[in-house]
Amino acid sequence: MTIADARPSAQTAAATGGLPLSVRIAVPILLGAVFIVAWELLVRYLAIPKFVLPAPSEIVAALIDGFGPLMVSMWITLKVTLSAFFIALALGVVVAILFAQSRLVEVSLFPYAVVLQVTPIVSIAPLVLIWVGLDHVERALLILATIVAFFPILSNTTLGLKSVDHNLQNLLDLYHASRWQRLKELQFPSALPYLLGGMKISGGLALIGAVVAEFVAGSGTGNGLAWRIVEAGNRLNIPRMFAALLLLSLLGIVIFFGLSALEYLLLRKWHESALGREN
Amino acid sequence: MSMDDVAARSIAAVPDRAAPAATHKPLIQLNRVSKAYQNGTIALSDVDLRIAHGEFVSLLGPSGCGKSTLLRLVAGLGGVSDGTIDWPLSSYDVRGEPIRDLGFVFQEPTLMPWATVLDNVYLPLKLSGVSRRDAASRVAEALEMVRLERFARAYPRELSGGMKMRVSIARALVVRPKVLLMDEPFAALDEITRFRLNNDLLSLWQAQRWTVIFVTHSVFESVYLSNRIVVMSARPGRIIGDLAIDAPYPRGDAFRTSTAYNEFCRLTSAELARAMAGTEDDH
Repeated sequence: MTIADARPSAQTAAATGGLPLSVRIAVPILLGAVFIVAWELLVRYLAIPKFVLPAPSEIVAALIDGFGPLMVSMWITLKVTLSAFFIALALGVVVAILFAQSRLVEVSLFPYAVVLQVTPIVSIAPLVLIWVGLDHVERALLILATIVAFFPILSNTTLGLKSVDHNLQNLLDLYHASRWQRLKELQFPSALPYLLGGMKISGGLALIGAVVAEFVAGSGTGNGLAWRIVEAGNRLNIPRMFAALLLLSLLGIVIFFGLSALEYLLLRKWHESALGREN
Repeated sequence: MSMDDVAARSIAAVPDRAAPAATHKPLIQLNRVSKAYQNGTIALSDVDLRIAHGEFVSLLGPSGCGKSTLLRLVAGLGGVSDGTIDWPLSSYDVRGEPIRDLGFVFQEPTLMPWATVLDNVYLPLKLSGVSRRDAASRVAEALEMVRLERFARAYPRELSGGMKMRVSIARALVVRPKVLLMDEPFAALDEITRFRLNNDLLSLWQAQRWTVIFVTHSVFESVYLSNRIVVMSARPGRIIGDLAIDAPYPRGDAFRTSTAYNEFCRLTSAELARAMAGTEDDH
């Protein structure tokens, strides 16, 4: 292609704030395809045993072969992840509102929220499992995943509720707005972009929490995707391990894009992040 | 009598400028008002000011002279450290606060980016519990005053700077205020837009007869708009001059190019220079 050819496409690229949509979709797919084909060919050419690295075709075969149990496991992991996410969302928003109402509440509780955040989940998992997990493993998983997902919601929403335009606050003072009106008319909408950002992080973390907790919960207790991975690993059924891994990534991707779509829908009309640059 | 004579005479002294109504009580009366901030800054010191109903008063002064602070205190945003602000003509609500009936226009448009123009203008009425349906005609009326009725459904980001400011003015007007407080509302706009909004504001003021307190740092703007200019000096913020601009309304481009206008500007600049000199002495 000559330079003269390149010009119009460069202009389109600038208009869409980066690369054209077709390129943005096609290039990653193409790259992925090249990678998978190269993987397949290399594994075959070098005759790598499938308990070390299975070829993509073998992974797909394992996926089809174990489709039923894998789907059941995926459903279980998804359930834990989503429940933890929504509990974390509700708790995080409620606590953030409390923080925003009273500075005293915030300074008293925030350090403990941080403690919860910085303590590695793997290290509290055994304790939580002993407390609640002996009879109900899924409850322990839920609690652990919730703990991991909670903090980004809390900290982002707290920040958002406080990031209110000072003059708008003055305006509300001027018209004697009540605390509830202030929250509803000003603080919630101001916090929304922050909350949505926190939700994107938390969605991923809830999944990680669910998986890690299940790993720690150990043998025979769980039957989510994490347990499928452990089990397949123990039996050196590596293709199946990869199949479970694939489903796990798929879950993470769906959660992320779902939340991104939600963010776009809620913010597209007004927030800078969702707007194309016009200049 | 020529315009120049009017200017010369009006500078001599400022009598208690009587309101159009026969009453001699001012609408707003500041008695020895001082305001100190917690960090020790004295924003205002011993300010006495009487503002009559229907006046268009500009507060003019260098930055840091407390003119914005004064405006906020009049609005009831924050309390005075000393002195009182009375509203002799107003009744008082259950909290013992004067019913000020005011609209406030900030230096920035200060619109809610997530709400349409309509919802932004509706906000003050919404806060006082007026339903959307009952508010509709008043919101429409306010938008009509600033000639934005066609943009009711637009979001603030879709508007130019001048249009955003007009939305902000409509939001102040929707409560049908008696007093309009404006804190350098046009400072961030280009000159052409500013001139146009100046004219819009004046014709609205003539039609509605609000009392306007207008904070500005522009000599030209204050002379063009107001019938009275209060000149303030910094550190501590205080009033050092009070000029009447006795030029007839409506004012237009003819006034902007008249000798009277130039004379008023010269006199006001001299006062402002005095205010600035005062601040330098303090250092």
